[in-house]
Amino acid sequence: MRGQLSYLGVELARPRVAFFELTSCEGCQLQILNNEASLLDFLSLVEVVNFREAMTERHDDYDVAFVEGSVSRADEADRLRAIRANAKILVALGSCACFGGVNQLKNRFRDLDWVKREVYGDFPIITQEVLPLSAVVDVDLCIYGCPIRKEEVEKIVTNLVLGKAISHPRYPVCMECQASQNICLFDLGEPCLGPVTRAGCNAWCPSNRRGCWGCRGPADDANLAQLEKIMAERGVSAEAMLDRLECFGGFATQADLLRSAAADGRKP
Amino acid sequence: MKLSCDIAVKPLSRVEGHGNIHIRIKNGALEEASWEVVETPRFFEAMLVGKHWENAPYICGRICGICSIGHTLASIRAVENGFAIEPSSQTAALRLLLKHMETLQSHVLHLAFLVAPDFLGTGSVLPLTKSHPEAVQRALRLKLLANDACDLIGGRRMHPTRTVVGGFTMLPDKAQLDLLLRRLRAAAPDLAATAELFASFTIPDFVRETEFVSLKGETDYPFIGGALMSSDGVERPEAGYLAMTNEYCTPASTAKWAKLSRPSFAVGALARCNNNFHLLHPTARAVAESFGLAPVCHNPFMTNIAQLVECVHVMADAARLIEELLDRSFTEPRQPVQSRAGLGVGAVEVPRGILYHAYEFDDAGRILHADCVIPTGQNHANILHDLEALARSWAAAGTPDLEIERLACMLVRAYDPCISCSVH
Repeated sequence: MRGQLSYLGVELARPRVAFFELTSCEGCQLQILNNEASLLDFLSLVEVVNFREAMTERHDDYDVAFVEGSVSRADEADRLRAIRANAKILVALGSCACFGGVNQLKNRFRDLDWVKREVYGDFPIITQEVLPLSAVVDVDLCIYGCPIRKEEVEKIVTNLVLGKAISHPRYPVCMECQASQNICLFDLGEPCLGPVTRAGCNAWCPSNRRGCWGCRGPADDANLAQLEKIMAERGVSAEAMLDRLECFGGFATQADLLRSAAADGRKP
Repeated sequence: MKLSCDIAVKPLSRVEGHGNIHIRIKNGALEEASWEVVETPRFFEAMLVGKHWENAPYICGRICGICSIGHTLASIRAVENGFAIEPSSQTAALRLLLKHMETLQSHVLHLAFLVAPDFLGTGSVLPLTKSHPEAVQRALRLKLLANDACDLIGGRRMHPTRTVVGGFTMLPDKAQLDLLLRRLRAAAPDLAATAELFASFTIPDFVRETEFVSLKGETDYPFIGGALMSSDGVERPEAGYLAMTNEYCTPASTAKWAKLSRPSFAVGALARCNNNFHLLHPTARAVAESFGLAPVCHNPFMTNIAQLVECVHVMADAARLIEELLDRSFTEPRQPVQSRAGLGVGAVEVPRGILYHAYEFDDAGRILHADCVIPTGQNHANILHDLEALARSWAAAGTPDLEIERLACMLVRAYDPCISCSVH
């Protein structure tokens, strides 16, 4: 099958790719299957050798590993290290892999025993503080978003296959939103992290009149102090701002600062 | 005759999440049949504690990548029931349409990509793109149609953006709704051809009596809210869901299991069909009858056929809903929300069965306690008991190892388990 594709007259080797999931909803992998119109073209670019959600055959000989989810148990850290040892390129797929995602919301209690009891009572269950992949292994590339955006994955994978440079927008979602000529959500009374969140989603949520919750993490030089000022001016509560900043883990540092500043008794 | 075998499938492929099957037969007797759920828990119910109500649907939709719309709608319903908010008829129609399109995309994904390879002797859908290109293209077209519809109404096919407590942030464009209606009508032959493909498969012949739990329809085949029922005659109001679920922890699983009148019960497309067969659209009922599916059917492999029947039902009902929506003037998308203390329960039929979200709120509308009961969690015990019954008959019949493994995997896949969801 190799050598069927060429680019500028140069034959392309189809990289052998594998998909794995740790603690996650598996939605990012599903987003790849959700590319109905271009799925078959996309699959012709690569050779999928491991994708448990979609296929029974599996091999551990791969060039690129896409890993969805965060690390929340010792066996997952071991699996991740084994994947890292096999892969030439390790890609963190989605917010859980990049920042811990919604899973890291449990970290805010700083009391895993309480978290376990709240859900499982006295039944013994193993879990640990949720970590992004980069806390355990070296990550070569991040694909941001909850969920990932299929067009962006296709572009990134195409560039990987062609050997072209991959870069993320340095500017915030706000720029994309303004370019789409959307009504500013602050004017509709809706809090939004668009001013500080890394673009690349084409202002997916704000274009649907849903404020940005920061799933793609901070843009370069994100001005959080300015955001805090905007939120205060618009009458957005510190609680609503913290809800958004702490949701996906990309703004964990700022969320920790806000949380300790507030200490408003929201913890159980 | 083969009398002994030791089969371990670790983890099972072509399902959502991580589960292991183990079957050990010695000298013609079953020694062990196990269904182990090893997925890592995420603790969504703890995450929500202390959070303001507006967070619940946004966070809880992320319990599942496949049925994020169903989780979002169940979460919204729980909040609205807690605050005594009645959705407008426009909101209710749009939510049901959105729900139908999620059902269609999820069932088509399961049938064409996860189940069909078993019947056609391949390990994935990839070889089928060569051997059965038209069948694959048909499934892709149906899935695309359903996903495009979810984008149109929910703002996004996964982790929807427009669905909020009180209604929607934005309404779909009517011209786009009209286009969707025409696409739905044009897709009927694709679904008919998919049904023909499944008619050519031999569904394994296996019957084990069990109890089926679902919403109870009054005038319509039920999807969003209403009374709860079981085929053994138990009935409860929506808020009395705990009497239907009776969750418990078990050492072989990080998911909680459930029981009602018997040691296990089943939820999902087959349970819905069994309990509400008379409310299916006539075209869907005709398809069911052509496959010999009639209530009460106790063959779990027929869940696949029940999903096919539901695809026919939701496509017909979606067309009706769009016609109604096109005939009316749209009103405000979103009604105001006033929180209050108390308990709110939302029950929604998601593709894999009945899903419950329940939240207890304080005076300020913050969550004191949350509970989510997942369809696959309710099915785990039934899957195990089916596996045991099947393995016992294989042991007695001396079925070859490979055939046991194939059928065991097919059985679990028939339930379309969403394992990470069950270990939320």
